[in-house]
Amino acid sequence: MAEEQTPPPPTPPSGEPAAKRPAPAAKPESRDAAGHPWVRSIETGVPGAVLGSKEFAREITVTVDRAKIADVARHLKEVEDFRYCVDVTAVDWRDRQPRFDVVYHFYSFSKNDRIRVKCAAGEGEDVPSIALVFLAANWPERETWDMYGIRFSGHPDLRRILTWEGFKGHPLRKDFPLEGIDTGAAVYPEEWPEGGGPSADDPNRKAVS
Amino acid sequence: MTSGPITEAEKDRARATAEAVRAASAPPPGEAPTLFSVQEMELNFGPQHPSTHGVLRIVLRVDGEKIIEAKPDIGYLHRGTEKLFETETYPMGIPHTDRMDYIAAATNNHAFCLAIEKLLGVEIPRRAQLIRVILDELQRLSSHLVWLGTSGIDLGAVTPFWYAFREREQILDFFEEYCGARLTLNCMRIGGLPFDLTPGWVERLMEFVDDLPDRIDDYEQLLTDNRIWKKRTVGIGVISAEECIEYGLTGPILRGSGVAWDLRRAQPYECYEELDFAVPTRPNGDTYDRYVVRVQEMRQCVRILTQCIERLEEGEIRGKVARVIKPPAQEVYASIESPKGELGFYCVSNGTNRPYRMHCRPPSFINLQALPRLAKGHLISDLVALIGTIDIVLGEVDR
Repeated sequence: MAEEQTPPPPTPPSGEPAAKRPAPAAKPESRDAAGHPWVRSIETGVPGAVLGSKEFAREITVTVDRAKIADVARHLKEVEDFRYCVDVTAVDWRDRQPRFDVVYHFYSFSKNDRIRVKCAAGEGEDVPSIALVFLAANWPERETWDMYGIRFSGHPDLRRILTWEGFKGHPLRKDFPLEGIDTGAAVYPEEWPEGGGPSADDPNRKAVS
Repeated sequence: MTSGPITEAEKDRARATAEAVRAASAPPPGEAPTLFSVQEMELNFGPQHPSTHGVLRIVLRVDGEKIIEAKPDIGYLHRGTEKLFETETYPMGIPHTDRMDYIAAATNNHAFCLAIEKLLGVEIPRRAQLIRVILDELQRLSSHLVWLGTSGIDLGAVTPFWYAFREREQILDFFEEYCGARLTLNCMRIGGLPFDLTPGWVERLMEFVDDLPDRIDDYEQLLTDNRIWKKRTVGIGVISAEECIEYGLTGPILRGSGVAWDLRRAQPYECYEELDFAVPTRPNGDTYDRYVVRVQEMRQCVRILTQCIERLEEGEIRGKVARVIKPPAQEVYASIESPKGELGFYCVSNGTNRPYRMHCRPPSFINLQALPRLAKGHLISDLVALIGTIDIVLGEVDR
């Protein structure tokens, strides 16, 4: 057929990715990664940004200052060549202060490796948006706003994305009731649990297993 | 109004009116006159449109047939899957992943299990690895076949659909025999597989796989050099490699723009490291090239399947995993090359038997983000080709 042979694969824009990685260790353990070159690079590039770092299952996690996250993202992109923003999401630590962790994943084609960057954000605190540094972060940041109610300052178009405008609450917060809230669209309102039912981590909730 | 012939006075009045209208609508000196009034229009594309393969609404701003701006509006299928993961034990999350990318359930199961296995540090037995790769590649074939058939129909090529679905049916039969389901497979477990292969399954698969290259030739005969197909796809939705990376696009879109990046090669999981296959790429980054890349990928699937079948040997199908899964309080991210791109799961554990947070990085969601960029300046009918070429599944976009 016309398209039988595959053209020789051109090199990616920033070099050939390494072909092989060592298999992960049997039982991964967590350890400090303060001496890792990328962590040091962030420290020198954005002074005072790094608050902590760890390595688990060959993954580097760096915790940075919330106010400096956009600078850290730009540094990683321009100096360390992490040009692909894989994902932005958040974790709700309900009882902790500050309450949320915003989690970023970046990938570098030249290093063929990933880095995870986290910053803590309290209730009602803005996180600087990285959507202008990485276009890919636009929708994930909107999703994080929609699901957790974390505002990203400087985002070009911060609207709800999966729920609709006018939806009350942020569904992935731990205190959002598991069976949802009364949006007025319930078909059988008399069967709606009082107050929306138990939240996901309610100890009295019936759980299988 | 009086009847009778038109008087001179009436003719004069009509002439004066026409003159006044002409003067008012005359272009500024030095510009060409316009024949029709130019007006932007806002148009709803979907949510119920056959080419959107689900419920996707796109708000278009059009000038005639030309798209000035396209704004996707998603969330119609949002079911809160990530919330559900948090409320149930680790193994109970696997069936929920079937409902995300329902065209490719096996790869979803795989990515989900991989994240938890990484957290636990479980060793997967070799036979289970090989069967997982076989299931993944069968799923990739069936996903690409659905893509080929439906995006052909979207552009008016009805015939390839019947050919593609003929083979897809056979693949679904293989899945049905293996795990009892055709679509929502639930065919992987943390640490391995639920069942061993049924007797004769491998032999029948081998027969099917031997036939496949000829079948793929059939599809290509219908489309690859088809003038209408080329007219609708060549030069439509061109995107460069740099932009792909900037938008986070992965999978056949990235490879169609000339970047030979495939997670099966870049960060091999299971036994992809030892398998011999090519990562097809094309240089132009248009809809036609993405079509060629996908067809080439189907041919590589055949190669991978053949090698896996040859290597199959007797052995365990499940690793050593405790009955109650309680991973250490840590976080991991694991991703695989799904038919649509990088599918990743970010799992945060707090040491209990339920995930504290389970986030999915869906390729369709991220890839759809680039639709406004791809559609700008094209015609409305090309938008249909573009939605097809991104290969979205709305179940995965909205989760």
